[in-house]
Amino acid sequence: MNETPLIHAGVKRCSKWQFSLWMAGVTAVLLWGVYAMFLCWFKGLNQTNMNDAYGFALWIWADLAVIALGGGAFFSGFLTYIVGKDELKNIINYAVIIGFICYSSALLILAIDIGQPLRGWFIFWHANVHSMLTEVAFCLSCYFAVLTIEFIPLILENPKLERKPFLHHLSHNMHGIMAIFAATGVFLSFFHQGSLGGVAGVLFGRPFAYREHIFIWPFTFFLFTWSAAACGPCFTILVTKITEKITRKKLVKDNVIHLLAKISGWMLLTYIIAKTADTLYWAMVTAPNAGFTLMDFYASPTYNIGLLFAEIVLCGFIPGLILITKRGRENAFLLNTAIVLAVIGVSLNRWVMVLQVMAVPVFSFNDWYTYLPSWQEVATTVLPVAYGLIVISLAHRYLPVFPQEKELNPVK
Amino acid sequence: MFPFCFEWSWDISHLVFMGGLWYALSIIGAGMTFAIVKSLFDISGGHGGHDDNHDHSHH
Amino acid sequence: MKEQNSHTNAKRYGMVIDLDKCTGCGACMVACYSENNVPFKTDETNKLDSINWIRVYKLTNNKPYPDTEICYLPMPCMQCDGIGKHGHSPCVSVCPAVATDYDYDTGIVSQIYTRCFGCRYCMAACPYHARKFNWWDPKWPADTEKYLSPNVSPRMRGVVEKCSFCFHRYQLAREKAYLEKRQKLEEQEYQTACTQACPVGAITFGDLNNKDHAVYKLKNDPRAFRLLERLQTNPKVYYLTSKNWVRRAGDNYLAHEEPGNITKVKEHH
Repeated sequence: MNETPLIHAGVKRCSKWQFSLWMAGVTAVLLWGVYAMFLCWFKGLNQTNMNDAYGFALWIWADLAVIALGGGAFFSGFLTYIVGKDELKNIINYAVIIGFICYSSALLILAIDIGQPLRGWFIFWHANVHSMLTEVAFCLSCYFAVLTIEFIPLILENPKLERKPFLHHLSHNMHGIMAIFAATGVFLSFFHQGSLGGVAGVLFGRPFAYREHIFIWPFTFFLFTWSAAACGPCFTILVTKITEKITRKKLVKDNVIHLLAKISGWMLLTYIIAKTADTLYWAMVTAPNAGFTLMDFYASPTYNIGLLFAEIVLCGFIPGLILITKRGRENAFLLNTAIVLAVIGVSLNRWVMVLQVMAVPVFSFNDWYTYLPSWQEVATTVLPVAYGLIVISLAHRYLPVFPQEKELNPVK
Repeated sequence: MFPFCFEWSWDISHLVFMGGLWYALSIIGAGMTFAIVKSLFDISGGHGGHDDNHDHSHH
Repeated sequence: MKEQNSHTNAKRYGMVIDLDKCTGCGACMVACYSENNVPFKTDETNKLDSINWIRVYKLTNNKPYPDTEICYLPMPCMQCDGIGKHGHSPCVSVCPAVATDYDYDTGIVSQIYTRCFGCRYCMAACPYHARKFNWWDPKWPADTEKYLSPNVSPRMRGVVEKCSFCFHRYQLAREKAYLEKRQKLEEQEYQTACTQACPVGAITFGDLNNKDHAVYKLKNDPRAFRLLERLQTNPKVYYLTSKNWVRRAGDNYLAHEEPGNITKVKEHH
């Protein structure tokens, strides 16, 4: 009896040796991160360079950033299954995998970040329904479950697994009701992306972070959801482009990328207009009410007004305008520049909303607080990147991630 | 999280928040149960290793 | 509103610290360390990760000699009443696991160490840096472990702690009153360790709602102000100063604003 191959017929993959060598390299980096993770768990958070003024630091930024970048999964899912943009079915698998990596990473980082990891379940059991972090924890976990469910059918399409009748049917039946899962994912994502914005926006003791509210939600709630929907797909495109570069083949047709880029562009442009309005209101009304001028918040050499410019103009308006124009999207250089800028922009926004919040002195007699992460913090933040590379490598090698791959790369 | 946790109270915040949570969890749970049960039916119905509606044929 | 409160049973314990009297000796800090089993490091050079429930800040008017003035400002947890004085203090409203809570009977913000899982969101929320994280497990040198207060549970690594207004003293006073079949606590029956340790009597502690308590009058002193009042945290710790620069240092003001005017606007609302 012939053994079913692990790799799909009709696609070309690198040799076992090449693959093993690559995986060994990435695993070495992963192990470095795992070592640092265990240091943090066994010795405590004294392994970090955080302090009482900098209680939120690199990890919380990493959390917010990967969740924003993983937002490509929910927004592409929304566009594919609910709006009905069928072309996007050619990239949705990858969006889901990237989302899965981002969300599992976020959960792992959170598990390292808390001082008493064994008590992590308290956030569910003793939930304070008024806390933004509670909402984040609930929706994050639920949405991770949804992403896992969205990922499973793809895993089950591996030739070896697909041979099993039950798994074959399960994959098919899960596909059949994917729209329901996608809708649930959109619902959950709307809230947790927003609540992550709320985490900073509700801090009325921190004038740099605090924003006016609409009902119970600060402006940042809406801005975070919006920016994740805008920039998440850009990250999906970016990772797709990198994957194409590394595998040296085209995996997704241009019209698919251009459609996603166009929608992203409009989302980004409208987001950045809303963000500008929010910034103006905050600078002219909210902050002065607390006794601060805008420049008080940017009076440090590190945190200067250039950051605001970079976030709004350089990484907001510019990529937004590039992506909404046909010529911009279809020019490879401009498209790549725009998606990289958008990804940097949303990461910068999350950085500012975590680390600058901590850095700005609230007392007139305090100085700016400074912080440089320890190697353990850096290693545990690099860990998810290595883990992501491993998952992507395995997925690309063994699963039919890109439906257009065979058509675009016929094997002679 | 549950009404039997001692800090639970039947106020509007708990109802809205936990209502949303349990609603989402129910859909996820029901969806997965449906998919699993239907797959079990499908194989017992003698469909074997492939499905007529599945465009991903490999045999 | 204030009048009404003084006739109800709900107490609002608070503190008034006279900065004109404070000499910056640090006795309040020492008393607090010993009273509340506050852990310390062998090397306390880095103040950003050392734990203290009350910390004396040194403020200066930044003027050259001979106009230089110094003011020492002891800062415990402000036990904020929060926006609208509903008990939604910056920290209580954000704690995801209800590990910190506002007690409506006393107005004291508690910290439940065995409930806290160390997410540090409350620290990010508190503008006063009143909350401290246990970066290490406490190490008690030599025999000191035997001299820890049995009334206050020591904390473990990975949780947040903060000033409790010596809540255990309140509990002890309540127990004593109960045994003596009394409902009411006398002003002197419940006093914090820092209040009693201050050699110059700069700290006054009591029920802000109770007309018979000294703090009731002191908080309405023309010299009285609170830290970062404009953020609407509604602290229950008041400060007294006769120096305008100190008062200005206690909050943030735009160039054209004067401390007195802003406060009046807020009170009016």
